[in-house]
Amino acid sequence: MHHTIVIGLETHVQLLTKSKLFCGCVNRFNPKNPNVQTCPVCLGLPGSLPVMNREAFLLSVKTGLALNCDISQFTKWDRKQYYYPDLPKAYQISQYDLPFSHDGFLEAEVEGQGVKRVGIIRAHLEEDAGKNMHDETGGSRDSRVDLNRCGTPLLEIVSEPDLRSAAEAKAYLDELKLLLNYLGVSDCNMQEGSLRCDANVNLHIHGDDGSNIATPIVEVKNLNSFRGVEQAIDFEANRQLEIYQETGRKLGDPGVHKETRGWDANRSVTFGQRSKEEASDYRYLPDPDLVPITLTVNEIDEIRQSLCEFPADRRRRFSTAFELSAYDVSVIVNQGAEFADYFETVAGECGDGKQAANWCTQDVLRELNERNAPIGEFPVSAVALGTLLAKVVANEITTKSAREVFAELLELEAIEPTDALSKIDQIIEERGLAIVSDTGELEGVVEAVLAGNQQIADDFRSGKQGAIGPLIGQVMREVKGADAKVVRQMLIEKIGE
Amino acid sequence: MDRQQVEKTALLARLKLSESEVVKFTEQLTGLLDYVAILNEIDTDDVEPMAHAVEVSNVLRDDEPASSLARDDALSNAPKSDGVYFLVPPILTEG
Amino acid sequence: MSIVGSTTEELLGQLASGDVSCVELTSAYLDQIAARDPEVQAFLRYDRDDALQQAEQIDAKRKRGEQLGQLAGLPVAVKDNMCTKGQPTTCASRMLENFVPPYDAHVVTRLKEADAVLIGRTNLDEFAMGSSTENSAFQVTRNPHNAEFAPGGSSGGSAAAVGGGMTPLALGSDTGGSIRQPASFCGVVGMKPTYGRVSRYGLVAFASSLDQIGPLAGDVTGAARLLKVIAGHDARDSTCVDLPVPEYTQSLNEPLSGLTIGIAAEHFASGLDAEVESIVRRALDIYTSLGATVKEISLPHSRYAVATYYVVAPCEASSNLARYDGVHYGFRAETFENMIDMYATTRGEGFGDEVKRRIMVGTYALSAGYYDAYYLKALKVRRLIREDFDRAFADVDVIASPVSPTPAFKIGALVDDPLAMYLQDLYTLSANLAGIPGISVPAGTSSGGLPIGLQLLAPAFEEERLLRAARMFEKGGE
Repeated sequence: MHHTIVIGLETHVQLLTKSKLFCGCVNRFNPKNPNVQTCPVCLGLPGSLPVMNREAFLLSVKTGLALNCDISQFTKWDRKQYYYPDLPKAYQISQYDLPFSHDGFLEAEVEGQGVKRVGIIRAHLEEDAGKNMHDETGGSRDSRVDLNRCGTPLLEIVSEPDLRSAAEAKAYLDELKLLLNYLGVSDCNMQEGSLRCDANVNLHIHGDDGSNIATPIVEVKNLNSFRGVEQAIDFEANRQLEIYQETGRKLGDPGVHKETRGWDANRSVTFGQRSKEEASDYRYLPDPDLVPITLTVNEIDEIRQSLCEFPADRRRRFSTAFELSAYDVSVIVNQGAEFADYFETVAGECGDGKQAANWCTQDVLRELNERNAPIGEFPVSAVALGTLLAKVVANEITTKSAREVFAELLELEAIEPTDALSKIDQIIEERGLAIVSDTGELEGVVEAVLAGNQQIADDFRSGKQGAIGPLIGQVMREVKGADAKVVRQMLIEKIGE
Repeated sequence: MDRQQVEKTALLARLKLSESEVVKFTEQLTGLLDYVAILNEIDTDDVEPMAHAVEVSNVLRDDEPASSLARDDALSNAPKSDGVYFLVPPILTEG
Repeated sequence: MSIVGSTTEELLGQLASGDVSCVELTSAYLDQIAARDPEVQAFLRYDRDDALQQAEQIDAKRKRGEQLGQLAGLPVAVKDNMCTKGQPTTCASRMLENFVPPYDAHVVTRLKEADAVLIGRTNLDEFAMGSSTENSAFQVTRNPHNAEFAPGGSSGGSAAAVGGGMTPLALGSDTGGSIRQPASFCGVVGMKPTYGRVSRYGLVAFASSLDQIGPLAGDVTGAARLLKVIAGHDARDSTCVDLPVPEYTQSLNEPLSGLTIGIAAEHFASGLDAEVESIVRRALDIYTSLGATVKEISLPHSRYAVATYYVVAPCEASSNLARYDGVHYGFRAETFENMIDMYATTRGEGFGDEVKRRIMVGTYALSAGYYDAYYLKALKVRRLIREDFDRAFADVDVIASPVSPTPAFKIGALVDDPLAMYLQDLYTLSANLAGIPGISVPAGTSSGGLPIGLQLLAPAFEEERLLRAARMFEKGGE
């Protein structure tokens, strides 16, 4: 007997709009200052009415297109009704039977496996609820409600149960997060709650007799990191296997419903949650306060044209255009769109993709990680770095010298890019880092050194190639920055004369 | 509508009904539901539902932030608050 | 000329000419309120000092030679389900008894911009659910023509205030006839505009796809003037259309030549009070004498209107009223065991019977397994009702009908028979379902001295036509 783990992921991402979905309150993560980002609409005050945010809808459609979904030409809004203190209207405006997008897919590279295509059942737009904070001590004190977050635009993306392992789930989430970053749709920050994930997990047990049994599906909630998703999946798979072996309960058995379990990140276990008194009857109702949205085929095409390059496409392009290894491409592209843009500018400026890749994946990335800063806050601009590397490529300075310059630029903190360029020249000048390859300048010194080292010249003529080394060193000591290759060449020529 | 349905609906609607209300409503609501059953006389197979009274679509607003209420105003009608949060009794939870 | 009882145009004239100041005018109405309202109970709240202060400011503005708004000092009473910043907006419910909105409804802003004097807040059936204003949690309003009789509802307070001469103008809301029916019972003009003509922002929602705010006045011109002030686009209401608002008062007195009036055979079936019928038929004779043609039309689905309405409206209401849970605003029960119990107890204690009934019906009809059979079905019949009107209006310009099957009924007569109360609305609620405008104009009195109105309906956004047709009748009956 062996088994397959079957996983479907339901992801909620907060959109990067300036204002909330149905009102003009600012869309900002602000847990320290409760209840200052509300208005009659998101408070659900009597008499208030919602009006749809154009940008939120546009970002949603872009996401649907990027996920290869069909975009509905007619889409409407529905009220999902339930009672909870963080839901002031006692309904959430969402989409029920006519989501704006459906039937797409996302391809993700799974380590050691290759590309995995994961189906997307649907993506729809809805509003977020506020936050209800329980008494942490477990006592009977009142819960506190903060409605700052209430009304924030959320995209709910539901995958097909195509995932077969924790690794696949992680790969899917990584690629989804990257894609949304590239599109500028969301910053997918699980810590701040701008990305939330629930996992639906069950097992398909394959008997030796050829039978196939499915265990009941479990929905795992409260996953707060990608690592947590992986751990929860593995934990659930083991737990369900044990339960099946003990009880033999399977999907479809009478009395067997979908179970909801929470993930305890501290103890790394899933735990049962109290089943609701009544099965969730959301009494969906088309929202009479909102009108439908219609899109023509042309309008959908226009939006498609306006889409930026996806990570998958960027990887392909970097691979061919800059002849980079798959590993380098991966590191660069997966850092995010801004970082990939940075690299591309550097490569363009210096004309050597491999040089640019080395510096970006090593020197720059190392600095960023130490500073824990995004590329947007990096003190050395892409143009500055590119210009510096161009000098290396043109053999004007050595790589070692370039690192010296780079180190000094880092110390300068933020300066204007134009200032940086002149600063680079200044540093090179001050430290004498320029490679001297002007034969005229070197001629005299080379001759002088040879004159003083006739024995070595003779040794070289009689076949001792290595003898020339010290002579090169002498010339280079005399002329700071002398280009070793050029000096060597000159010595050889003069010895040969 | 029978008594059980009335009680189930009252739970769904979060309405605490007294015994006399349950009895009264069971009778009155049954009467109303019997009356509206006349809608079943009509064949509506080919009819589109009319959820809106006006044929309007694509009403969208620009993504521009506008001013919010000051916290005091937002909390001004709260039945219970500590000046910063709305306060509600805890939900009865397990585990 | 006495102030109380003058038309709005006459009052505006007196104000403009300086014959009467806004303070004098407002005082006169406040005196009338003091005299009559202890019995009529139309007002939930009014503040004499506040009203006079508003009036003073308007007089000062006029004296400074500043441009005044269209209502230029006229008092307007507002039904207590339209949010007014800083003032309690109770919806005549215990649930919102102490609710003070931090914002103004769109129509209230419009009134303030038009320099109206907001003279007081009028009584209604709780959350606008009812046809008699007996469902108010606070007081019962009486018909100003006979205190034993109901003023109609749910805008009974507004209608009684105008009918009792306590204010020249008032705002009401109409979801199934809640402006037109009380207007008819109280002998005043009441109009429900086309759905989407007036912004609902700030109107406490009952049934979102049916609710509309509209004017009540002593005469058609007053209603036209008030409609012009409140109508028009508001970006805060997605269902409010962006169409220009005509100058209703300008064309008002031009009769409609070649006017065809449709009457539906279905409206004159059994159950219609004989006096009501005779007054409606007499009204049609007046129209004929004015050159109009009366034509028979058919509204075959009209017999399903009440059933359709009493599925759609409670469904939407159950959703709109779910927010009253004692968490963020409004009433919260004092004793409860935990959060869920708090919700249930708060709502059990905060809502009256009629509201609870409608929430129950709506919740049931939307619950799992019943959606298709009830709500979806009703929405389909709704379309058929709308199509009936579309077909009829291809043949006629306006449709005339009774406003309600009887004149005002006695207070207490129908309170224990919800279905009988619902059937009061059978002539009015089709207009809400279809979204078309309707008006009630006084057409006569019963032998018992109770007013009886005539209802006119027009196609969507044809308020101008409707008002002109109503004005024709008003003049013709003079």
